[in-house]
Amino acid sequence: MRHTLSITVADEPGELSRIVGLFSARGFNIETISVGKSLDPRWSRVTIVTRGDDRTIQQIVKQCERLARVREVQDVTTRPHIEREMALITVSARAGTERQEVLSLVSVFRAKVVDISHTEMIVEASGNKEKVDTFIELLRPIGVTDITRTGHIAINRLATREETPLAEEEFALSGIRT
Amino acid sequence: MIARQHIDNRFATVAPDETSEMPTGAEILIQALVAEGVETIFGYPGGAVLHIYDELWRARERITHYLVRHEQGAVHMAEGYARSTGRVGVVLVTSGPGATNAVTGIANAYMDSTPLVVITGQVPKHLIGTDAFQEVDTVGITRPCVKHNYLVRDARDLAAVVREAFHLARSGRPGPVVIDIPKDVSAQRVNYSRLDHVSFPFSDKPASVDHRSAEHALHTILNAKRPVLYIGGGITNSGAGDSLLSFAEALSLPVSPTLMGLGGFPSSHQLCLGMLGMHGTYAANMAVAESDLLVALGVRFDDRVTGKLATFAPQAQVIHVDIDPANIGKNVVPTLALTGDVRQALDQFYALAQQQSVERLQESIKQRESWWEQIRGWQRSQPLRYAGSQNQIKPQTVIRELHRATKGEALITTDVGQHQMWVAQFYPFTRTRQLITSGGLGTMGFGLPAAIGAQLALRDQMVVAVVGDGGFQMTNQEIATAIQYGLPVKVLIMNNGYLGMVRQWQEMFYDRTYSEVDISVAPDFVKLAEAYGAAGFRAERPEELRDVIEAGLNHKGIAVMDIVVSKEENVFPIVPAGANARDMIVQ
Repeated sequence: MRHTLSITVADEPGELSRIVGLFSARGFNIETISVGKSLDPRWSRVTIVTRGDDRTIQQIVKQCERLARVREVQDVTTRPHIEREMALITVSARAGTERQEVLSLVSVFRAKVVDISHTEMIVEASGNKEKVDTFIELLRPIGVTDITRTGHIAINRLATREETPLAEEEFALSGIRT
Repeated sequence: MIARQHIDNRFATVAPDETSEMPTGAEILIQALVAEGVETIFGYPGGAVLHIYDELWRARERITHYLVRHEQGAVHMAEGYARSTGRVGVVLVTSGPGATNAVTGIANAYMDSTPLVVITGQVPKHLIGTDAFQEVDTVGITRPCVKHNYLVRDARDLAAVVREAFHLARSGRPGPVVIDIPKDVSAQRVNYSRLDHVSFPFSDKPASVDHRSAEHALHTILNAKRPVLYIGGGITNSGAGDSLLSFAEALSLPVSPTLMGLGGFPSSHQLCLGMLGMHGTYAANMAVAESDLLVALGVRFDDRVTGKLATFAPQAQVIHVDIDPANIGKNVVPTLALTGDVRQALDQFYALAQQQSVERLQESIKQRESWWEQIRGWQRSQPLRYAGSQNQIKPQTVIRELHRATKGEALITTDVGQHQMWVAQFYPFTRTRQLITSGGLGTMGFGLPAAIGAQLALRDQMVVAVVGDGGFQMTNQEIATAIQYGLPVKVLIMNNGYLGMVRQWQEMFYDRTYSEVDISVAPDFVKLAEAYGAAGFRAERPEELRDVIEAGLNHKGIAVMDIVVSKEENVFPIVPAGANARDMIVQ
């Protein structure tokens, strides 16, 4: 199953490679990774999308938590959350029906045109993985020549209703952790 | 704060606002080490650490530096020092090859949870990344085998870094920490002398065992019909030997140590089943295979213990106590997990057991009587054994003879391989820290330097390095270190002219194709010892063995005993890799 981990780590040189190195050394897989500062600029937020059964994910979380400069590792997948990814896509868009077709897809997907030439456009799309994937798939037959994707970032949803106490929820989800 | 804007020292070693009255990075480093109570450093100088060595010379009344002959030896000595005392071992080496030579030792310490602080020199900051002379990315190279490492970019951070490094090395599951110091940082003069005001910017994560889980664990143990206590190196690191003895005796529970757990419970005790795992006893492996409850204490379910995981202890519930949360559920998912200090957990178990009625305890012990009968049956049917010989010295006999001659009290270090397993099988260890062996990494050449480190920590202790002729040749240059500092270690070489364990596997699993394992072209070890200024002894025939061991052990200084043993002896029992107790080959 796909999991999105949100890792809070000190903003110091080399800390990202420590996390990435841990994944490769222990045979865990990184599907996407993105890094940026958190609210407190001394701490970075690393968002990693990875795959594995519950036991593997637990092991990844624990191994990451062992790192001296990691403050917190959250598996955001286990709670209501919002995921976003951005993509910049270069697509063929010659004047005429082709350009119109691209623009109509851009409008349906609430994407943006950020650059244009006689023959091509660069469009910016954001959303969850499925949305960005679908958008790219629909553009592909028209002629996609380049793609850059940011990888996921994620954040927990705001609480809008009464929730079960956090501790118990965590206890249930973590299974063997007592 | 550790993170700090670094001063660009490209053109000056002294920042403009700082004067020669102020301490250098090297001075701060030495002060910080003294503040940590460091009295002993193992090291080897070089260009990038000249400032530090200069300062170390001035501080020689307070810190004794032991000059080794190879950096790997320095780290293994620090490991021997740390593992014999429980203190943090400290190493100082230069950049580039100094650091890379130290890596084997650092990885060894990481695998065996040994607290070390390794200080490495680095090229000056402005040369980092330019492929400078003796430059290597030490922080990058050591990253996968340390608890943490630092590249110190400003001398003002040094005191805080040193303090945190020692804390990390010894807290939780101990391990090595590397501090990489560029040459200009050790020369940098800074306005900094407030050692006492250093505080970590990062909080500690203390681990204490949950009371409810401890109660649950005790009741599970009381109700178990076929339990085994499976104990590892965590017993040593948490100082849980006495707590374990009290608890096991109170409930009459069978105990089986791993290689790293040897000495955690007296091997000669009637509750001890002997070592578990690939070359463990038949009784220990069968007991685990048949157990209904495995109480795993300070262990990590290493593949050398479990064999094939899917069929390891198939009927057992598992209670796992370990201080490292990542060890729990890594290889085996326990029924009950207790994250925390093993001694604390055992003391809780014991206290809770004392609260039970006498009838309850007796009932619990009584329901395990048939289990003990079964275990005694396995012990009788397949004890550790080997065929004697009239004309060849048997390696197992050597260890038994060593045990007799040292009255079972020597501190033993080993390398890795057949000799290591014979030590584990035939030298009954009775106290924690009595065996210092390379368990996880399996490092040839570990034994001699580890013995030197242990000997200087414990001057009055008989310390014997039992090594193979292969491993001995990987670090034998450290005899010079032992000579230089008058450390009377005894070295016992089990000389069979082969890389014995590899040869055994080739014999058993590769149709006796002895591919590149013959090392019979070797120096005369007696002459080699004498060339270094040590005493050399040799036994080639069974009737010489006892006298040679006596003479070697009684020699006042360093003694090398070259014991020529039967060439093609195998270690039995053996559970082939990836198999289980039932596949055990006993002879």
